[in-house]
Amino acid sequence: MTPDEARDMIQAALLTVAPDAELGDVAPDADLREELDLDSIDFQAYAAELSKRSGLPVTEDDQRRLTTLAAGMTFVSRAS
Amino acid sequence: MPSLGADMDEGTVIEWLVKPGDTVARGDVVAVVDTSKAAVDVECFDSGVIEDILVEPGKAVPVGTPLATIGTADGATAKPVPAKPAAPAPAVPAKPAEAAAAAPSAPVPPPRRRPPVVGPLVRKQAAELGVDLTGVRGTGRGGAITRADVQRAARPRTETESPPRAKVTPYARRLAKELGVDLAQVVSRDGIVRAADVRAAKPAPQAVKPAPQAVKPAAPVVDRTATMRQATAKLMARSKREIPHYYLSTTIDMSVALARLAELNRDLPVERRVLPVALVLRACARAAEKVPQLNGFWNSEGFEPGEGVRLGMAVSLRGGGLIVPVIADATGLGPVEMMDRVRDLVTRARGGRLRGSELTEATITVTNLGDRGVESVFGVIHPPQVALVGVGKVLERPWAVDGLLGVRPVVTVTLSADHRATDGHTGARYLEIVEKLLTTPEEP
Repeated sequence: MTPDEARDMIQAALLTVAPDAELGDVAPDADLREELDLDSIDFQAYAAELSKRSGLPVTEDDQRRLTTLAAGMTFVSRAS
Repeated sequence: MPSLGADMDEGTVIEWLVKPGDTVARGDVVAVVDTSKAAVDVECFDSGVIEDILVEPGKAVPVGTPLATIGTADGATAKPVPAKPAAPAPAVPAKPAEAAAAAPSAPVPPPRRRPPVVGPLVRKQAAELGVDLTGVRGTGRGGAITRADVQRAARPRTETESPPRAKVTPYARRLAKELGVDLAQVVSRDGIVRAADVRAAKPAPQAVKPAPQAVKPAAPVVDRTATMRQATAKLMARSKREIPHYYLSTTIDMSVALARLAELNRDLPVERRVLPVALVLRACARAAEKVPQLNGFWNSEGFEPGEGVRLGMAVSLRGGGLIVPVIADATGLGPVEMMDRVRDLVTRARGGRLRGSELTEATITVTNLGDRGVESVFGVIHPPQVALVGVGKVLERPWAVDGLLGVRPVVTVTLSADHRATDGHTGARYLEIVEKLLTTPEEP
């Protein structure tokens, strides 16, 4: 997956939990939960959405790490 | 007009889902009502045939106003639908949800057209762009309408004719949908639209702002933020005016509970994993069953115990405001079931798709600010309830066990209680039981 595709996938997944999110302003290493005001339930839904879209299972460790855009990029780039 | 929450005085029927002559059964969704907080699916309290619709859509009426009349099955008498405020006995509205959860194959009312699910910011954007939300298909979670959906719906209004259909690869089509790119606007090199073309056509973030000439005269939009603020203001002011609160707090070692969670979650897919809040809510519900003096209502005759534990759960909404859906029969749920219920209610509360029975008759409420990083929250009781439980963030803290200092995950659980109904001793017993439930292996 190209970085562009990875970014688009993350953006689409985030929009499902935060329909009003403006991702253009979010720094790659900023905590998405703070930037987009996500609670633990939103965040879990985001991780689930990312898993669905990428076809990759999200382990509990993955879930803990997925808090930034950069971590999301690393995660989904594992998908073929 | 049923009372859909302690803070509701009046409501507006947005849409009737039945018409005179239709046969309805108790628990069917018959209308969509707009409260100050959300559009709510209102269920019927009786079975029979709809005779008259008494309140037309768009008219605000006080709680308690008959909305329609139902002829009972034998055709004898007409009964007003949602006649009295907060009418159903607590056990009644629980039933349909219960049945649906227990037996997915059980007959359920046929799907009906629902009002669009939409957050306040998206609603505002739609008003600015002059988009009628009822015609917009939501692609967000739970069918929620996103900004991209609104933009997509707005775009055709400015174009009079659509260009000939270009060939588009399936991935590009999907991508265009996700990015909110109008395929008609995508330029391709050879007549076939590919993903790269779609990305190139993606509007820059600035471009999503409505162009001034596209702004239509703003349709009157309900400013939900303001009305919701008013509803909360009224209820909270009443609480502090009438209820002599007392406050207790205890800090609980969560290591046993979190170990149990890790074990549970090992075999669960990410979308069903149990979060710590589910265990805490479960303990709060079970403790309320053991201390019934805190589970119920204070009215003119004094304390009236609730029938079963209907656990209210304060949910903050995107863009501000608070809504309190109810977990019915909360004591009977295992951790995974509790998490499923919480997730479902939170998702639908934020999407504006709750049923009336899910907003009424909480017997005790829990507010959880654990995600906001605060250690403890001392809440304001929702009258006529007599207790509110506050849950803070799970934090690692130095903790003494058997004379040794270690680092443990801990959570601070607080109780705000009505001193007219109980004394501190009873409240203390409640928190003690919550702690015991969360720290006993096998229990959480």
